[in-house]
Amino acid sequence: MSNANGDRPQRLALIASRGTLDWAYPPFILASAAASMDWEVTIFFTFYGLPLLKKDFDAAVSPLGNPAMPMKMPFGPKGFQNINWNIPNLLMGNLPGFENVATTLMKKTFEKNGVATIEELREACIDLDVKMIGCQMTMDVFGFTKDEFIEEAEIGGAATFLQFAADSDVNLFI
Amino acid sequence: MDVKADKVLDCSGLMCPMPVVKTKKAIKELEVGQVLEMVSTDSGSIPDMQAWARQTQHELLYAEKEDDGKFKFLIKKTH
Repeated sequence: MSNANGDRPQRLALIASRGTLDWAYPPFILASAAASMDWEVTIFFTFYGLPLLKKDFDAAVSPLGNPAMPMKMPFGPKGFQNINWNIPNLLMGNLPGFENVATTLMKKTFEKNGVATIEELREACIDLDVKMIGCQMTMDVFGFTKDEFIEEAEIGGAATFLQFAADSDVNLFI
Repeated sequence: MDVKADKVLDCSGLMCPMPVVKTKKAIKELEVGQVLEMVSTDSGSIPDMQAWARQTQHELLYAEKEDDGKFKFLIKKTH
């Protein structure tokens, strides 16, 4: 669909600034949905969002300091699955491997419900010609090199992103 | 609805946004005027497919929940 002026496709500009499993979903979901609606999409990956461009991407999620995150079991009878395990921060923070357990549980829950993996969504974005820009400054500061990223990733700075964002219909910071 | 689909796409078990992503891909492979039948179980499918059709300007001929609980869509490729 064209924008209000009717002279070009709608455009979506996203900033992906977080790299945990839960926060990795929104940019890839929105980007693939928009591109499926014939929009032109650019995602700028910066700070903790930058690792989402890595070839071997392995995001984790932590319920620590994240009280809104439901802790539910992906197996057993329905009543058991619906229980929200309210585990105190003090316990979570001191239990070795707790984050791995929480990450596995979330992945399992997503898989069981038919939610695509981050890798699948990223692959869909590539298929749909979503433009992905890695932040040069973050790369330099955190010590990433371009060959760690998927080959579709381009590298640029704030000005590169803003140039596209200035001409976009929807701009979101995630 | 009495329309013969040229292609059937089963998105059962897939959640948002995959039905929309797969529909876009399937439509791309059809000729203009041909009809795609898409079946899904994602409970947000009807409003999502309506929005998708408005945005892409393909024609949504049918969007209903069927007796088996699944959602069925017929989409005509217009361009």
